[in-house]
Amino acid sequence: MTTEPTTQTPSPSVAEQVRVPGRPAVRLAGASWVLRLRMLAVAVVGLALLVLVMAVNIGRGDFPISVGEVLQVLAGGGTRAQQFIVLDLRLPRSLTGVLVGAALALAGAITQSITRNPLATPDIVGITAGASVAAVSVIVVGGSYGALSGPLADIGVPVAGLLGAFGTAVAVTLLAWKRGIESYRLVLVGIATHWLLLSVTFWLLTLGDVTDAGRAMIWLTGSLSGRGWEHVQPVALALLVLVPPALIGSRVLGALQFGDDTARGIGVRVTPARALLLVSAVGLAGVATAAAGPVVFVALAIPQIAMRLCRTAQPPLIVSAVLGALLTVTADLLARTAFGGAELPVGVVTAVLGAPYLMYLLARRYREVRA
Amino acid sequence: MTAVSAVNSGGIVRSGSDEARLRAEALRLAYGENVVVDGLDLDVLDGTVTAVIGPNGCGKSTLLRALGRLLGPQGGQVLLDGKRIDRMSTKEVARILGVLPQAPQAPEGLTVADLVARGRHPHQRWYRQWSSDDETAVAEALRKTGMLEFAERTLDQLSGGQRQRAWISMALAQGTDLLLLDEPTTYLDLAHQVDVLDLVQQLHAELGRTVVMVLHDLNLAARYADRLVAMRDGKIVAEGAPGDVLTEQLLRDVFDLDARVVPDPVAGTPLVVPIGSRHRT
Repeated sequence: MTTEPTTQTPSPSVAEQVRVPGRPAVRLAGASWVLRLRMLAVAVVGLALLVLVMAVNIGRGDFPISVGEVLQVLAGGGTRAQQFIVLDLRLPRSLTGVLVGAALALAGAITQSITRNPLATPDIVGITAGASVAAVSVIVVGGSYGALSGPLADIGVPVAGLLGAFGTAVAVTLLAWKRGIESYRLVLVGIATHWLLLSVTFWLLTLGDVTDAGRAMIWLTGSLSGRGWEHVQPVALALLVLVPPALIGSRVLGALQFGDDTARGIGVRVTPARALLLVSAVGLAGVATAAAGPVVFVALAIPQIAMRLCRTAQPPLIVSAVLGALLTVTADLLARTAFGGAELPVGVVTAVLGAPYLMYLLARRYREVRA
Repeated sequence: MTAVSAVNSGGIVRSGSDEARLRAEALRLAYGENVVVDGLDLDVLDGTVTAVIGPNGCGKSTLLRALGRLLGPQGGQVLLDGKRIDRMSTKEVARILGVLPQAPQAPEGLTVADLVARGRHPHQRWYRQWSSDDETAVAEALRKTGMLEFAERTLDQLSGGQRQRAWISMALAQGTDLLLLDEPTTYLDLAHQVDVLDLVQQLHAELGRTVVMVLHDLNLAARYADRLVAMRDGKIVAEGAPGDVLTEQLLRDVFDLDARVVPDPVAGTPLVVPIGSRHRT
């Protein structure tokens, strides 16, 4: 409003406040947000389920521990032996799953929002495939007989994965660039890049000896097997660095959905904002892939599911992260226990769950174009 | 200077002065190699409604984008309240000037209230996303555009006219006294076109907003604007009061259109009656 009579004066009393339907407020001191009850409920239920599934997952194994006992240990109780099994042996694996799932879902939510396209996620447009090529090169070249070995290879895989993710992101962006980025072209170029990189990965597998190729194969289907605290730390650190800018940027993300001119018109510095969000998304996807391999479909499906559950117009970031963690840990639980003694890589389960969803998404978009 | 005082110093306090709120000087605009506007000068005076008219591709939308700092000039400059607009921050501009692009896009499933609330973006921070000032401004914008009762509807549940009102409501919630509207009546039937332009007229009359809009319909432009700016091939051919600008000669020069211009029986403003080949003598 032109004169904004209330801008400089103290806020009007509660009785005078005009209400806008559908946007209840939470106001505390100088801070204020819209209270979205549905989103809050989904987040709370998601978190509760996550803790439960984690507890079940941690309890399963050669020495079964009940859910109650696991929760006791996590709260600081339990016997020595239980503490050792839960905290040192099994918690890191579940925690890696939580962090990897959250990071992938966040990355997907960000890229889907920026491009306004539910298909534009790191696992579809080649980002995770780029991380895979780099990581597999290190495993194969630096394997048992290669130039790199032991601890060097252990550090090499995550770093290479991250570099591969960023390298591919830059390449796809440049290839799709034509006076700006158009999301349809980005997805097409990205899918082509994805398959190109995948065939490079398989070529690399034929080069290595059987043991290395086997190791690489497990990594390639996305695995949480044998993850210790040394795997948790880098992902946790990366999330600490990358999540705050992503969350602060979520307000900008909402504005970017309107198209560049409208976003600029309401005061968003479109190019730097988009670049920052994109870098954090690629970083999240890269770190997650480096830690557990390409766990597919989390980034693609979870943000869209979160959006439908919360009935929002764009993927909600925090809820996506919670549900991403929930899906990954649930998939890990299924992978470990559903097939008797044989343990599957977690990526196989997320793929089985996610593929039908991708079909649904493609069919729905096709219908929309026809309509 | 804080942005709040910038709004106040540029507000209706100064209405009546002949200083330009927006000024284009020797403006040269291009998309890549393709020069669309060259050597254009324009003054938008405080408290006026200006309509930019011209044939397709004459550069009127491009000009509007430059005036709103959505497109940087290749030459010349745009001054907003006497300051070079390209040296102001995006947020600073967004607190003084609101832009409604042509056929703006929004995700399906967005509610009207959430759309209009986005207009408050330049006044918000990440920890202050829904202050009581925001809520007051949004409620007021919804009420002025008659959209309060549709606040909880999603955009896909609205008619074209309602959707356009929602977008204008968003521009209003932004709280700027300068509004740039690019073809706000596109895709609307005549009744809804009049509806939207009545709303613009009301904003101008009651709140003293300065409005620049691109319009296709010459008769509506003549009726609702104080000043017409007629463009062709990236240049201004004529500007002034509708009665002075909209002549039979200008229609030939700018639109290659043979037409009679008679007084509008309702408003007295010029009314364009095209002749067409069937009735040519």
